[in-house]
Amino acid sequence: MLSPDNLVYWHYGWLKLNATIVNTWILMALLAGGAYVLGRLRHSPRWRGVPELIVTAISGQIAEVGLREPRRYLGFLGSLFLLIALSNLGAIVPGYDPPTGSLSTTVALALCVLVAVPLFGIADAGLFGYLKTYAEPSAIMLPFNVVGELSRTLALAVRLFGNMMSGAMIVGILLTITPFIFPIVMTALGLLTGMVQAYIFTILAAVYIVAATTESESTT
Amino acid sequence: MDSITLIAMASIVMAGLTICIGCIGPALGEGRAVATALTALAQQPDAAATITRTLFVGLAMIESTAIYCFVVSMILLFANPFWNHAIGAVAGK
Repeated sequence: MLSPDNLVYWHYGWLKLNATIVNTWILMALLAGGAYVLGRLRHSPRWRGVPELIVTAISGQIAEVGLREPRRYLGFLGSLFLLIALSNLGAIVPGYDPPTGSLSTTVALALCVLVAVPLFGIADAGLFGYLKTYAEPSAIMLPFNVVGELSRTLALAVRLFGNMMSGAMIVGILLTITPFIFPIVMTALGLLTGMVQAYIFTILAAVYIVAATTESESTT
Repeated sequence: MDSITLIAMASIVMAGLTICIGCIGPALGEGRAVATALTALAQQPDAAATITRTLFVGLAMIESTAIYCFVVSMILLFANPFWNHAIGAVAGK
């Protein structure tokens, strides 16, 4: 199967270093280096527009979902979006497999959301205030809310994985049938899909945070 | 027919059926969504940015149901747990 998990660079016993891990490390280095450079550029009058553009665009999108203090959630949601978007857009580099095309990466990202949503909820409303949201609108809904919490995490992981894996697989199948023009068209479509999926992952995480915090109720 | 042949046959047929039936619903849903969005765009061209953004998000959400079916059929074809179990049972004999 076309998965970055199968390309193993180095292994020692049970310890394997496959393309998923290596590509994720490269992306992490790029993002950390880019963040450091942009942070330094913040004070230069000529270049300060670049970091401002990124931060205001992301916090504007977060605010449109319904979070009234986007700065509190900007670190988590912004880095999720930048990591997934960079990972999906990297497909234009030849010989690169998006790490989001591996189920391990997407499950890890979805688990981050699963842990972060209760943390934000507890920080906002206190432990009992957060636990009470599980028993709304009535206590009968308690098991459904708990199951919903788990199933939406699964859906979040499988959605991103399936979209990225199917893009790679369709290009692979087309290469055997019409190897000339059509794979390029499908790769371009895959770039659009990757960007939309990064946006959706972030927006859904923001929507879950809105549902867990009491911010949405106080506005109505 | 031994059990491995049966499992292989059932897996291949079901993978095709999964993708086939699983594409019908999202296709109808996406068609409806695009048609409604076009109507909204014709009535209110000023709101084009909001409508287009919401349309893209909605389309991706609808499409993910088809993607789930795709993932299930890929599991049936390439990472079938029953197949692996039958192979293991034969090898263990």
